[in-house]
Amino acid sequence: MGEAIRFHFNVDGDNFTSAGQASVQIKKNLRQLGVAPEIIRKVSIAMYEGEINMVIHANGGDADVLVHEDGIEIILEDRGPGIPDVDLAMKEGYSTAPDNIRSLGFGAGMGLPNMKRYTDSMVIETELGKGTKITMRVNF
Amino acid sequence: MTVTQFAEKYGIKAIAVESGDREITGGYVGDLLSWVMGRASSGDVWITIMSNINIAAVAALTDVACIVLAEDVQPDEKVVAVAKDKGINLLASERNAFELAGLLYGELNAQ
Repeated sequence: MGEAIRFHFNVDGDNFTSAGQASVQIKKNLRQLGVAPEIIRKVSIAMYEGEINMVIHANGGDADVLVHEDGIEIILEDRGPGIPDVDLAMKEGYSTAPDNIRSLGFGAGMGLPNMKRYTDSMVIETELGKGTKITMRVNF
Repeated sequence: MTVTQFAEKYGIKAIAVESGDREITGGYVGDLLSWVMGRASSGDVWITIMSNINIAAVAALTDVACIVLAEDVQPDEKVVAVAKDKGINLLASERNAFELAGLLYGELNAQ
């Protein structure tokens, strides 16, 4: 087994207009590695939704993408408020995003459901007042 | 049909078109970015009235052929700069989304 290739990104919580940069960058990186387009699409969509969530709800955080031999792992970690009710947050259409975010085209309550839909596994670890860590995997 | 051919045929204005020879293979209409993100396909004409900077990221990630802003919605300068920089085709039309989708649908099905 070779070492996984790791890409690290700092997601800037103050800069809503640049949100998505890490996802666009990872798309390029994976393309250079010769990863299949459908895998890249899944990873970059899941990552974008996660990035937007971190900017909207948690004042940014860290994103790590690990390229393993059998798949891609995405780890998103923030020090935000945590998710009080994960089941509710996973429901399509449920959103706690403020109005100014909705006017930008977000806050449709599709973020976490999209992340789950586009990955083969998703684990949410969250603690109120401490933060949230989401680990997703897309298998080759 | 390419982005430039489609634009010229229906008088759709180019705002930033760096790769007008992109082939159009489908279309998608929507303003909720998460929705578009999950549903639009590579090669689509994405018709929207959303004009903020985040449309550039969505277009880049979904790999749509172009964005067409309906009803002459004007993007802010930053969007135009990012579109040029990232090679995203950005256009606008005075037609509404329904009319634009109808024209595109007819065009793709006539081929």
